[in-house]
Amino acid sequence: MRIGAVTFPGTLDDSDTLRAIKASGAEAVALWHGDADLRGVDAVILPGGFSYGDYLRAGAIARFAPVMDEIIAAARGGMPVLGICNGFQVLCEAGLLPGALLRNAGLHFVCRDQWLKVENNTTAWTSRYDAGAEIIVPIKNMDGRYAATKSTVDELEGEGRVVFRYTGGNPNGSLGDIAGISDPTGRIVGLMPHPEHAIGALTGPSDDGLGMFLSVLDSVVAA
Amino acid sequence: MARVVVDVMPKPEILDPQGQAVARALPRLGFDGVSDVRQGKHFVLEVDDAVDDETLHRIAEGFLANPVVEEFVVRRVQA
Repeated sequence: MRIGAVTFPGTLDDSDTLRAIKASGAEAVALWHGDADLRGVDAVILPGGFSYGDYLRAGAIARFAPVMDEIIAAARGGMPVLGICNGFQVLCEAGLLPGALLRNAGLHFVCRDQWLKVENNTTAWTSRYDAGAEIIVPIKNMDGRYAATKSTVDELEGEGRVVFRYTGGNPNGSLGDIAGISDPTGRIVGLMPHPEHAIGALTGPSDDGLGMFLSVLDSVVAA
Repeated sequence: MARVVVDVMPKPEILDPQGQAVARALPRLGFDGVSDVRQGKHFVLEVDDAVDDETLHRIAEGFLANPVVEEFVVRRVQA
């Protein structure tokens, strides 16, 4: 089982993502933004950070990296893809997920441990969670306010594609307290909070994030 | 060569907390009478004559703006 994590210029959380992949028991494969090569991975994670300094818009330039052509094609073919924070922004800019992430409503960089409710435990990245489970993982971003047209939000809600919802306070003004969403197949998921920073008590507030890395192993085995 | 300006603004229905913060700061600076501020981006492009309007539209729609949350206007300001 090979799970890749992409490094763009300005990516920060690739190391922790690779560490979390290893902790799940999979082989962690470093992928490079400039290489149009997925190195035979079974799933891909786009980690957080500030690719290209968030110039223009968060994720807007990374979306055109050579590795993204491969990821977009593989994702459309059914490969599981997870975007965390800046990775979520990249997936939205690439059109793999609907909507956009805008400047936090309070204009603060929010950095704290955040409670989330797992609203959908049937996606490729959430099957290890109980339905309605509440988990705590770090959140740290400036542009985390989920925005989309009303029809898009209605569609996401109606189809159960709101995967994670903020509980205990909305940190950024996201519509519907949305923290993470999926594509219609449940194989492409993006969320603003950071599961890779919550895989053990030594370095995080919990090990609640590990479930996402374990879930995708199940989905790849089942596929 | 031509100079082209692309103005990108958040759609009216999209919350613009940066614009609101600017609007709230103005009275503190002694400027009254400004009821609302919206903040956007202003791009100035120097383009070859061979670049047609349709290409400029694609640049604006596909890259400079995110049509999910932003609207844009493309203007040639100098022939």
